[in-house]
Amino acid sequence: MKKELRVDPTACSGHGLCAELLPELITLDEWGYPIVAREPVPRSLDRHVRRAVTDCPTLALRLLPAS
Amino acid sequence: MTYGTTVPYSASSPGPRGSQRVSPGPAGTGPAGTGPAGGDLPRLLPVHGAVPVDLHTHVSRYAAPPYFGHPGQLIPVLKAAGLTGRGGAAFPVYRKLQAVAEARTRPVVIGNGAEGEPASDKDKSLLWISPHLVLDGLQLAAEAVGSQAVALYVHRNARLQERLRAAVAERAAAGIDRAPVEIIDAPPRFLAGEESALASRISGQPAMPRFKPPRVFERGVVGRPTLVHNVETLAHMALIARYGPAWFRAVGTPGEPGSMLCTLHPADGRRDVVETALGTPLRELLRLDGTQAVLSGGYHGAWVPAADAARMTLSNEDLQPAGAFVGAGVLVALPATRCGIAETARVARYLALESAGQCGPCFNGLPRIAAALDEVASPRPDPRAVTDMIRWAGLVEGRGACHHPDGTTRFVRSALHVFREEIRNHSAGRCVDPAREPFLPLPADTALAAADWS
Repeated sequence: MKKELRVDPTACSGHGLCAELLPELITLDEWGYPIVAREPVPRSLDRHVRRAVTDCPTLALRLLPAS
Repeated sequence: MTYGTTVPYSASSPGPRGSQRVSPGPAGTGPAGTGPAGGDLPRLLPVHGAVPVDLHTHVSRYAAPPYFGHPGQLIPVLKAAGLTGRGGAAFPVYRKLQAVAEARTRPVVIGNGAEGEPASDKDKSLLWISPHLVLDGLQLAAEAVGSQAVALYVHRNARLQERLRAAVAERAAAGIDRAPVEIIDAPPRFLAGEESALASRISGQPAMPRFKPPRVFERGVVGRPTLVHNVETLAHMALIARYGPAWFRAVGTPGEPGSMLCTLHPADGRRDVVETALGTPLRELLRLDGTQAVLSGGYHGAWVPAADAARMTLSNEDLQPAGAFVGAGVLVALPATRCGIAETARVARYLALESAGQCGPCFNGLPRIAAALDEVASPRPDPRAVTDMIRWAGLVEGRGACHHPDGTTRFVRSALHVFREEIRNHSAGRCVDPAREPFLPLPADTALAAADWS
């Protein structure tokens, strides 16, 4: 099943770690909050995606079924 | 043709006071037990005046709510009627009921009377005048999804809540209700009625929006599947259950059937609640001479130039191509003598302060957008203000747990487009209304400092 990354914006406090771990899919806006590509996560990035999800200090990054 | 009833109730002066324009509607529905003619309006409000309808009058006019005897039976009736939610989103009502009815755990049913939109009075008016239609709808919705956990969520207002509690007690004593109904306080916030904020509040948390998924119909109040319907939607449901889909469709358009309550703000500064058919020409609802633009859909809605509005009807079919929508039926005619930018800036400031402050982009972006719009409203504004605003709008859209940032930017973007001539005026140091007397209504005592969310 195709998956996509979503940020729970109520949980995110803008640490910015996700953008460092996964610059291919995540950039930061001018206030330091992640802008996540709304596209299915490519398989080649699987390992980095999992790492970004588990390392988020507020567990705000979610891997959800693609919409 | 519109049949109106003047608003008897507003947040500042609760109760049936003030002017009472007698409805010009055609006389009478049929005697109790027989269906009234489908084309007759108003349906939800009394035909004459604005005297609250008590249980005796209600039952003699409509008879007791027609329970179906089994869960699920009302759902195909609502589907055939084509009823959509009247809280603003216009989502097909039957689909929400179906989703909740199919859940494995016992659902919760909530009537949503939280009307945080400062320009809207229709839910308060309906609850004050016709509470038993809403309470009938709540019971029928609960039966349809097999729920015994039922509540009505309304803003803190002692007189209204007292009246609703009395109505609930009267019904319990008369044995009309199958499920007990609790009345629950909504905090005085713009977002209090957002479904997930409602679910949080009723679960004992602050009334702040939550991230989805899960949707409220999947996991809402205390984690149970929760059916939330606007109180006007419930009142329509109560009548559709009695008179059927064909009756409901006798007014409105095939794509957007039925009637709806609207809060009208004509250019002369009055404020009326009327019930009208979907598809009614906007110029029959608001006199448009002397008007420069119409705001449709409230403060998450959009401005439409008056010349365009004059060719439109009250329907999403007409309004959506212009970037607006029917929403919860707020329509404001902005007089030609007012500054649309200054008015929008004042409301944008309010909307920024009504952010729950949970989501970074909304928390950071909305105050900046509001400040930039203030700049554009001032004489000879910094030309960077508009480009900054458009960039920030792009940065907040789709990035909140709720639609507050999206609704706010829709409103602001429409102002930048519709009032572009006025922006040029400001650049030249002129303004159509240097006096800047406020026109769009805002709460007098916004509970901002108190940050009261519970």
